[in-house]
Amino acid sequence: MMAKWSLRGIFGGSRPIDEQTWEQLEDALILGDLGAEASERLVAGLRAQAERLQVRDERDLRSMLRDALAEELSENDPTLHLRRPADAEGRALPAVVLVVGVNGVGKTTTIGKFARFLSRLGKRVMVGAADTFRAAAVEQLATWAERGGAEVVRPERAGQDPASVAYQAVAHGIEENADVVLIDTAGRLQTKAGLMDELSKIRRVVEKLAPVAEVLLVLDATTGRNGIAQAEAFLNHAGATGIVLTKLDGSAKGGFVLSAREEAGIPIKLIGVGEGIDDLHAFNAEAFARDLVG
Amino acid sequence: MLVGIGYPWSDIVEEEPMPAFSSLSERLTATFAHLRGKGRLTAADIDSTVREIRRALLDADVALEVVKAFTAAIRTRALGKEVSEALNPAQQVVKIVDEELVSVLGGSTRRLHLAKVPPTVILLAGLQGAGKTTLAGKLGRALAAEGHTPLLAACDLQRPDAVTQLRVIGEQAGVPVFAPEPGNGVGDPVRVARDAVVEAGAKQYDVVIVDTAGRLGVDAELMDQAKRIREAVQPDEVLFVIDAMTGQDAAATARAFRDGVGLTGVVLSKLDGDTRGGAALSVVSVTGAPILYASTGEGLDDFEVFHPDRMSRRILDMGDVLSLIEEAQRHFDEEQARAAAEKIAKDQFTLDDFLTQLQQIKGSGALQKMLQMMPGAGQMRQAISQIDDREIARTEAIIQSMTPAERQNAKLINGSRRLRIAKGSGTTVEKVNQLLKRFEDASKMMRKMSHGGMPQVPGMPAIGHGGRKSVRKAAKQKRGRSGNPAKRAAQEARLREQHSGPATGSSFGGSPDLDALKDLPGLGGLFRQD
Repeated sequence: MMAKWSLRGIFGGSRPIDEQTWEQLEDALILGDLGAEASERLVAGLRAQAERLQVRDERDLRSMLRDALAEELSENDPTLHLRRPADAEGRALPAVVLVVGVNGVGKTTTIGKFARFLSRLGKRVMVGAADTFRAAAVEQLATWAERGGAEVVRPERAGQDPASVAYQAVAHGIEENADVVLIDTAGRLQTKAGLMDELSKIRRVVEKLAPVAEVLLVLDATTGRNGIAQAEAFLNHAGATGIVLTKLDGSAKGGFVLSAREEAGIPIKLIGVGEGIDDLHAFNAEAFARDLVG
Repeated sequence: MLVGIGYPWSDIVEEEPMPAFSSLSERLTATFAHLRGKGRLTAADIDSTVREIRRALLDADVALEVVKAFTAAIRTRALGKEVSEALNPAQQVVKIVDEELVSVLGGSTRRLHLAKVPPTVILLAGLQGAGKTTLAGKLGRALAAEGHTPLLAACDLQRPDAVTQLRVIGEQAGVPVFAPEPGNGVGDPVRVARDAVVEAGAKQYDVVIVDTAGRLGVDAELMDQAKRIREAVQPDEVLFVIDAMTGQDAAATARAFRDGVGLTGVVLSKLDGDTRGGAALSVVSVTGAPILYASTGEGLDDFEVFHPDRMSRRILDMGDVLSLIEEAQRHFDEEQARAAAEKIAKDQFTLDDFLTQLQQIKGSGALQKMLQMMPGAGQMRQAISQIDDREIARTEAIIQSMTPAERQNAKLINGSRRLRIAKGSGTTVEKVNQLLKRFEDASKMMRKMSHGGMPQVPGMPAIGHGGRKSVRKAAKQKRGRSGNPAKRAAQEARLREQHSGPATGSSFGGSPDLDALKDLPGLGGLFRQD
C-alpha cells in the first residue's frame, strides 16, 4: 500500500548500491516530512560515510541511516518533569501542565489519554477546561477526563476568560491536593498574535498560584514544514517544554519534528497513536527512526 | 479608503531578519544572477533552475510525486524558446511555474453541484482534526445566505461530543441540526445519514450536509463505514476536507479517500495560518478533484470560494493580491470612499475624513488579514500579525484630541496645540508629529497625483532583487497606487499594457486582475511605509 511506503521496500532485494539507491533513499526521507534540506544533508553524509567504509550491502545502509537519525535525536530528553513544587510554607503544590497547539491537532484527546496515564500511576489528576472558545470543547474534555479518571474544573459561564478558568483549576487542584493539573487550551494558529498573547497571559496568571511544570505542545504528524513555525511560535509565546506528536497511527511519519526539535530546542516527549484511551506513549528515538527508515 | 497615512510598520519589518531566499522568484533570481550578459541558458543552467523549483515546492509541502511530475514539465518548457529568448529568464521561468501551477490547480473556480431534485446531499470526509464539523456550520450558513434551506446531519458518532459541537455550531450558524443519536460511540452513522435525507425530504430542506467522523486513510474499517454512508445517501458532492498545513501525507491520504470514499471536491481548511499550502497542489494532482472552498478562520463567515490562481501565488510566496482586494472592498464603504476621493481632488481632505476611514476598518481585524496576504509577506507574517487595531486606536485618539477647527485645518496645529493633543490622547508629541507629517506628505502626494503627476507603477514587487529590501520596496510601490479612481484607472490601463498576460489572470509580476483593482479605493495608502 502506498500509504505504508517506506525504505523497507527499497531495501528488500540485494541490489548493488547505485545512483538510484541514493535517490530512493532521499525520496523516502522527504516523504517522511524530514524536509528537502535535511534529507539531502542526511543522505550526503551517509554517502560519504558509506564510501569511506566501502559499504556494499543496502541493509548496512539502512542500519547506518537509522543510527544517523537516532544520532540526530540523541540529545532529545523525553523526561516529563512532574515533580510537585512546594510553596513558601513547604506545602506541596500540584505540577501544572499547560497543553497548547494549533486547531485540530488533538489537544483534548491527548489530555484524556495523559490523565489516564497519570492516574494509572496512582496520581491524582485535575483537568482545567480553559478552551472556552470552541463549541462543545468543555463537554468533550469532560468525557475524556471521565474516561481518564480525572476531575474536571469547568468554566462558570460560556466564553469565560480562559486564564481565569485555568486559575480556578489550579486553585482547586491546590485545595484538593492534586498531584497534577492539566490545562486544556483552545486551538490557535501561531500567526494570531492576540491569541498567542492570551497563552502568555494564561501562563502568567497560573504562575501566581504555582509554577508551570510543563507546557506540552501538541503537533499533528500529518503536518508539513509549518510544524517548525508552530514549534518556534509556541516556544516564544508559551514557553513550550515538550512536544507531543499525535496521529502517528496514520500514514504520516511526522519527520518535521526533527527540525522542530532542533530549531526550537523543544524535546519530543510523547506520541499519540490512536483514539483509544491508552494510545499515548513515551517518545522513543530508536523506534521513531526505525519507523522512518523501515 | 485610507489615504496616504501609514503606520510605522517599517520598524517592525526592519527588525525582523529576512532569510536570503524567501520566495521562488528570489531563489531563481539568485540562480540566474551569474548568467547576466550570457544571454542564453545552458542545460546546466536549466538543471540548477529546476533544482531550485523542486526545493521551493518541497518547502511549500507539495508532495514529492507531484513535485517530480511538475518539475519534469517545467524542464521541458524551460528548454524551449520562450525562456531562452526572454529578456529576463528568471522572470519567465517563474511565470511558467505559475501558469503550470494554476493549470494543475484547475483553471477556474467550480461551484457546488446541486441536485436537480432536492435535497442535495453533501458528504464531508477527512482526517481527524481537519475541520469538518466547523466546515459543516460554515457551509450551511453560506448556503442559507444564498436562500437554501440546509440541514446538518450529525453522523460523527465517534469523537466525544462531536454531536454536541455540531448542535452548538448549527445554533450559531442558524442552521437546523438532525441529531437523533447522542454519539460518543452510540448509534449507527449510516442510519443517521439515511434518516437525515428522509427528514429533509419530509420537511423541505433542500440541502443535507453530512458531518462524518474523522478517519485515517489506513483505517480499513472506518473507510468502509464511510463508503457505506456514501452508498446509503448517494451524495451529489463528497467533499474531502484537508488541513492546509498538511505535509507529504496529503498525497497518500487523498489517494486513500479517493479510493475508499470517492471524492468530487476538496475543501482547504486553516488557510489563515502562514502555511504555503502545497497540500492543495498535492490533493488536486492526486485525486483530480477540484478545490471548491477555502476556510480562513474560526468565525463562521471565514469561508470563501477557492481561487486557483491566488493559491498558486501563495505556494510561490508571491502574495495573494486578489483576496487582498476583496478583503479591502468588504471593509470600505464605497460611498464614503468616493466622497473622499472627490475631496482629495479638490484638496479638501481633512483629518476628520481620515478618522472616518480609520473607524471603518477598526474592529474588523481587516488590517491584519489584508497585510497577511501581501506579496512577499511570507517571512514577515509573524511581525505583521502584531500590527493590530491598537495602532489604529492610538491614531484615533490623537485625532479625537484635536478641536474641530484643527481637524479641518491641520496647519493650525502649532507647538502648544501639539503638546495639548499629546496629553489629551495619552501619547507623545513625537507621535502627534509623526501623524501630522504623514498626513501632510500624503496630502501633498494626493494633490500631485490628482493634478497630473504620475507615481510609480503599482503592482507586485519587481523580480530582480532579494532580501529585506525587497519587502520595503514592494511596500513603497504600493503607495504609488493613486487614491483618485480616475487616475488609478489610467495607471492600471498602463499597467495592463505592460503586463498583458493570458486571460486566466496569470499575468505574473503584475496585478493579476486589473478590473478588480479599479474599484479599490486607495488601498495604496494603507501600505505606505516611511
